[in-house]
Amino acid sequence: MPETANLVLKSKIMSAAEFERALKRIAHEVIERNKGAGDVALVGIHTRGVPLAERLAGLIERFEGSRPPVGKLDITLYRDDLTEISLQPIVRRTEVDFDVHGAKIVLVDDVLYTGRTARAALDAIIDMGRPAAIQYAVMVDRGHRELPIRADYVGKNVPTSRSEIVHVRLREVDGEDGVELWERAA
Amino acid sequence: MTGAAAHVPPAPPPAAAARRHRHLLDFEGWTAEEVVSLLETADVMAQVLTRPVKRVPALQGYTVATLFFEESTRTRLSFERAARAQSADVISFAAGSSSLKKGESVRDTLRTIEQLQADLYVVRHPSAGVPHQIARWTDRAVVNAGDGRHAHPTQALLDAYTLRAALTEAGLPPQDRARPFAGRRLTIVGDIEHSRVARSNAELFTLLGGEVVLCGPAALLPRELGRLPGVHLTTDLDEAASGADALMALRIQRERLGPRRLTSLAEYVARYQLRERHLALAKPHAFVMHPGPLNRDVEVATELADGPRSLVERQVASGVPVRMAVLYALLVGRS
Repeated sequence: MPETANLVLKSKIMSAAEFERALKRIAHEVIERNKGAGDVALVGIHTRGVPLAERLAGLIERFEGSRPPVGKLDITLYRDDLTEISLQPIVRRTEVDFDVHGAKIVLVDDVLYTGRTARAALDAIIDMGRPAAIQYAVMVDRGHRELPIRADYVGKNVPTSRSEIVHVRLREVDGEDGVELWERAA
Repeated sequence: MTGAAAHVPPAPPPAAAARRHRHLLDFEGWTAEEVVSLLETADVMAQVLTRPVKRVPALQGYTVATLFFEESTRTRLSFERAARAQSADVISFAAGSSSLKKGESVRDTLRTIEQLQADLYVVRHPSAGVPHQIARWTDRAVVNAGDGRHAHPTQALLDAYTLRAALTEAGLPPQDRARPFAGRRLTIVGDIEHSRVARSNAELFTLLGGEVVLCGPAALLPRELGRLPGVHLTTDLDEAASGADALMALRIQRERLGPRRLTSLAEYVARYQLRERHLALAKPHAFVMHPGPLNRDVEVATELADGPRSLVERQVASGVPVRMAVLYALLVGRS
């Protein structure tokens, strides 16, 4: 795969322990802001948002005693670049088995960058019903927004250049938690 | 952090593939993997059609033109719904209401349509090969919606989609993702010779690992189809039904039953109508299928067509999600 070639590890932004602390803080913030987690439902954005949402749900259950429902969202059919791209994205299943109508939805993703994925996710959720609110949680906000989008819960703000790649690693997928900054070699 | 594990570079999303096919004319050149991907995309499209908002913006900015040189309201509406459910614009051309009746050729018609700047043509024509010819004349994508007795690939896709889902619900999911019909047998009964549905289904079902038995009167059973790997021919319906996972009856066109073909419609019904007796010979879970529109109590007994093992209505319902997947697969990633 050409994209993996010539990648150099620049720095480690978050250790496994820092990652875990940030996730716990976000879980507490979700509970505080929503005055409990009674109406809260988490929706992970494919791919890495899904295990992150599961982790958050587990923490909320630990702190509050009940586990919020978790859904999986694939935003492919809502992308705004489908007329421009040369590769065809594979369309995956969306699994939101709870009623979004009236719920407080927390969208969960690993990295917030241009904001285009979040825009697509908002449209996809709203086509399923009318939630009471939609909030947005990310592990890393790396800047470079192209749309008026911001996150309600952020693990860490990381200033980056566009040539850098933020890699959020998850123990479910990569064997270990952490955040790394990679760069394409010149 | 352990050093070795930490130095694995981030993999790019595995979720994109180069689009290999410009057209869907028949299944020549298609791999089982590509077809299964289409069926899996159709699963997602079916999900979209159950939501309060039954539309996604995926094909916004694209235009789909349906060019029907032979009337088929059901197939045309199904394609148009599939395009609109993905926010594409639709141009509809039907020969009955056009200058074709005044002697305009297909090529001249196409020249006119080209000015409307569609991105994809859905073509139905009474003569085999016309969609292929149009594909050579244009740089747009072409989907064959039925050409003469040659092919009707989206019908075969929706049949495969329906049967795969029904088998899974019956507790018999595919053992091998890329060969979902391995160990399965589809029996098709009727006027095989004139049927593009039989040809496309034989092609697709065997590509997906299954066996196909084609059954009908000897005069309507073309020998050359029996030479395809995985395809068997027989004139004996009891033999054809035995051990089948699905029994598919084809629509009999009465004008094709003449003295040169068969002695009478009555004789056809007596020997080849699908009945309870045949379902009893098939596997315990076996399903009844028909591409529609059906002649009740001619090619299939009403109690079978309306019975609990019938997939006839589900076949019709599968048309829209399957065609959504085909349009998505041929349009996205073209630039």
